[in-house]
Amino acid sequence: MTKKDAPPRWDRKMQQRLARGEAAALGELYDRFASLVHGLAHRVLGDERAADGITRDVFAHVWEHPEAYDPKQGPLRSWVATLTHRLAVQRLRATETAALAQGSGGSAEDLERKVRRASVAARADYIVTSMPAPLRAALDLAYFQRRDYRQTAADLGVTEDEARRRLRLGLQLLSTAHDVGAPGAPPGYGGAV
Amino acid sequence: MNDAGSADRFDHGGFDGEDDPDGKNGPTGEGDFEDKNDKRDEQDKAEQQEGYGIPGGPANDNGNDTGQGPDQPPRIPMPRASVEDGGRPLPTLEDLAQAAAQPAPLVLEHRVLKSLLGAWALAACSPDETAAVEEHLGDCGSCADEALRLREAVGLLHQPESLDLDPGLRTRVLDGCLDRRPPRIPVPGWAAPYDAEAARLDALLQDFGDAEWHAPVRLRWFEDEGPMTRRTTVAGVIAHLLSVDGLVAAALGLGDPLGDLAAAGPTPRARTEAYWRTSHFPPNRSVRSPWREQTHDLVRTVSFTSDSGPARPAVSYGDFELPLRDAMLDRAFECWVHAEDIAEAVDYPYEPPAPRHMHRMIDLAARVLPAALAQRRRTGLASPAHGRHLGVAGEPGRSLRLEIEGLGGGEWLIPLDSPAAVGSAEHEVAHIALDGPEFCRLAAGHVPPAEAAVGQVGDREAIKDVLFAAAALSRM
Repeated sequence: MTKKDAPPRWDRKMQQRLARGEAAALGELYDRFASLVHGLAHRVLGDERAADGITRDVFAHVWEHPEAYDPKQGPLRSWVATLTHRLAVQRLRATETAALAQGSGGSAEDLERKVRRASVAARADYIVTSMPAPLRAALDLAYFQRRDYRQTAADLGVTEDEARRRLRLGLQLLSTAHDVGAPGAPPGYGGAV
Repeated sequence: MNDAGSADRFDHGGFDGEDDPDGKNGPTGEGDFEDKNDKRDEQDKAEQQEGYGIPGGPANDNGNDTGQGPDQPPRIPMPRASVEDGGRPLPTLEDLAQAAAQPAPLVLEHRVLKSLLGAWALAACSPDETAAVEEHLGDCGSCADEALRLREAVGLLHQPESLDLDPGLRTRVLDGCLDRRPPRIPVPGWAAPYDAEAARLDALLQDFGDAEWHAPVRLRWFEDEGPMTRRTTVAGVIAHLLSVDGLVAAALGLGDPLGDLAAAGPTPRARTEAYWRTSHFPPNRSVRSPWREQTHDLVRTVSFTSDSGPARPAVSYGDFELPLRDAMLDRAFECWVHAEDIAEAVDYPYEPPAPRHMHRMIDLAARVLPAALAQRRRTGLASPAHGRHLGVAGEPGRSLRLEIEGLGGGEWLIPLDSPAAVGSAEHEVAHIALDGPEFCRLAAGHVPPAEAAVGQVGDREAIKDVLFAAAALSRM
């Protein structure tokens, strides 16, 4: 709803209010982003309590360092998602490394693979929740509702050409979740979708 | 969002490789393509430029879009393994062989085949088209690359999990933050219940579809004569909350959500009926956003509003008024009560408020009970006051001990004969005990006074009067 079309003005005002120390602003920030943050953290860590912990850390970080966000660099939503991703992947790496040190059996390579898989999955979630609604609706029909593209077109009231185009474009966007840049600097959040 | 620049970036993304006219990119053995992707498909370019302009689309500018190293040959992707509910089967090799054996296979242009790749990757093409695409993938390296990439992308789709956040998490997270950096502008303690209840209700509404928004709800309350009901829907309940919260908004100088309709009458009921009559009928999910925005505005504004001194605004409900802090508690209470109505209508569980919030709500009810008693007495609905104890304002008077058990509970002495009197243990004539949620249901008019689960000793008349007065606190 309001989440997607939030004007940058909201981001700037929110930052100012947080910087002023307005507790009500913190509540609004939580209301807007908590499910995004918790969902991404859960996707990376696969654990409810660990995701709760990341949620706490992310909001604490934003509350304590509102100035760290630069509205010129992109939407607050992307920044929060990137921060969440970084903290969650950090934690995953830490717990997996600890398990490795205790001789849990895996190799360092397994660890990297696991971290990478979790990282890609989280980015994919973000891309899906942030992509334009028409693309998302088409993917939802074709994948989750098992409609073929002609039925999808009919359901959406668009031409078959358009339905094919949306499905292809949606998947193209989603496939960028695999494009990992420098380690520790997850792409896919910064201004993306 | 329509950003031609980024749509253009997409265009360089290399998803649009031209097919290879002389076929020298054909597969050899396992499929050893040389990626030749220097031409543009003009048709596709046009298509994409009129698109959604998704910023930051696939930013792969080097024309080598296989997503693999040069020494890793692309291969024909296998059908995805992630068909979760086993719906339509993916084409098997047998199907393909069969399709190939058919006399007149579908012949499609490269442009069309390419446009089918997304649908193909999702197993959303007709069998003919599927066969045609797969045939084509053997001949066209760029399409095979894209097909692989798209099929991998399908593997990233998954049924969204239920994202119900633990409602208690909000308080824990916010409290944790505020401990680490104390706020310069806190949310006043008396506004915290409203903030929390609005957030809980909003979370309940989060995943509602049309069926839920239009689920019937029966509002219940208690008036002089007895129980009242009014039928509406989930969306109608939110419209009701929006309308009545608007009384507080108006008192704070924020815009009244009713605008000119406010003239219809100042009481919660008149406002709600006016809103229902003139808003889109029936109310739908679009009411959520203005309601939620107003709740945020209220919490924000009261954080900046002094609750003491002459500047303190009182909130008029038409036939009575409440100080701002009590009005915010009243709205928190209503928010919870109606959230329960909604939860019941859609068959979801819903917990009572945090104990410290419920305590404040009960305290408000206990404080306004003497006035409600007096009101009922004036209209002959409660037994007459006992003259000998009327006494002077501020003097102790005949009292009932209200004991609320459980978390958030406590004890209150309710003066029985005059709102001006002070509750007094020495003049206690009756004692009732009930748990917090039960008392709140009584005060919400959801439990008839005669049926409330109440432990009681002492003056039966006084007890009956107090229970009825508590029920009479409710309104639509």
